[in-house]
Amino acid sequence: MTSFRVNGRDHDLDIDPDTPLLWVLRDELHLTGTKFGCGIAQCGACTVMLDGMPRRACVTPISMVEGREVTTIEGMEGPETEAVRAAWTAIDVPQCGWCQSGQIMSAVALLQAVSAPSDEDIDNAMAGNVCRCATYIRIRQAIHDAAKVLEG
Amino acid sequence: MRAPFAAVLALVAMPAVAQDGLSGPDAFAGVSDQSQRSVALFEEMGKVLTHPRCLNCHPVKGGPTQGDDMHPHSPPVVRGDADFGAAGMTCNTCHGDKNIRLTGHGSIPGHEPWMLAPVSMGWAGVGLAEICAQIKDPERNGGKSLEDLFEHNAHDGLVGWGWDPGEGRTPAPGSQELFGALTRAWIDTGAVCPG
Repeated sequence: MTSFRVNGRDHDLDIDPDTPLLWVLRDELHLTGTKFGCGIAQCGACTVMLDGMPRRACVTPISMVEGREVTTIEGMEGPETEAVRAAWTAIDVPQCGWCQSGQIMSAVALLQAVSAPSDEDIDNAMAGNVCRCATYIRIRQAIHDAAKVLEG
Repeated sequence: MRAPFAAVLALVAMPAVAQDGLSGPDAFAGVSDQSQRSVALFEEMGKVLTHPRCLNCHPVKGGPTQGDDMHPHSPPVVRGDADFGAAGMTCNTCHGDKNIRLTGHGSIPGHEPWMLAPVSMGWAGVGLAEICAQIKDPERNGGKSLEDLFEHNAHDGLVGWGWDPGEGRTPAPGSQELFGALTRAWIDTGAVCPG
């Protein structure tokens, strides 16, 4: 039995301890906002928050989240999340959208740590989130826009 | 009876002498000069210290490398202020507290803690003499005495990961036990560095 919390709700699941968190989120809890991209921590599409820090769910065995708190794109809230959501919408960042929940998780984590990130900060934080539509320029712009809103 | 006894003795002694390309302290007993023996022991330790399992996370500049060919880390990562990656993508974004087998083949390495060695402990591309000088210098080795260094080499979990690196990676030569024994013998012979 693995006990953990997802988006503020407690779960006790009897599941193979090696099962990736990603499959538990999508197949057991039906939280499909978190995407499968590569399965080997190379693309970032499956990024969630684990105890408030970004984590690739595809390489996270469910045994690793025992007693811990997971937040998926469906459960994100707070000023950084709101600023990112507004900035993403304002300039239509997504194209196909597949990678975007992962992109947003990393962007929020960056803004929580660095309130006014430079281009270099953004590139370093987002280097593990791949976008096949190459929306990188808009992602970078939206993060700057969100930072300005947060700055007030 | 003498011959079989000697053969058994030799078999028992062998693992202490050499394991997968790493010799034990006994192999250097024939070096009569103590300083020269100490240098020889460190050079043997160097087979571990300069192995990709160690060097990949002991870069001199930039971020880590990976694989037996020490190619740049993928995805691209930076050292960061705390030797733990960039804000928004720290080492533990992907690396966990143990090696994780990937679907298909290979694995993603892990240990708690998992982070880069500080810049002062950069070894990649550095000669053994300079690595030795750094290792002995408390200003650059995290304040370790030689006894601390023995403890670190012989028992530290992250050092030990080098012999348990997960599927798809060549382990460091020998074993941590043998590496610890070499470190002990090197210290006991004066911890002399190569010239």
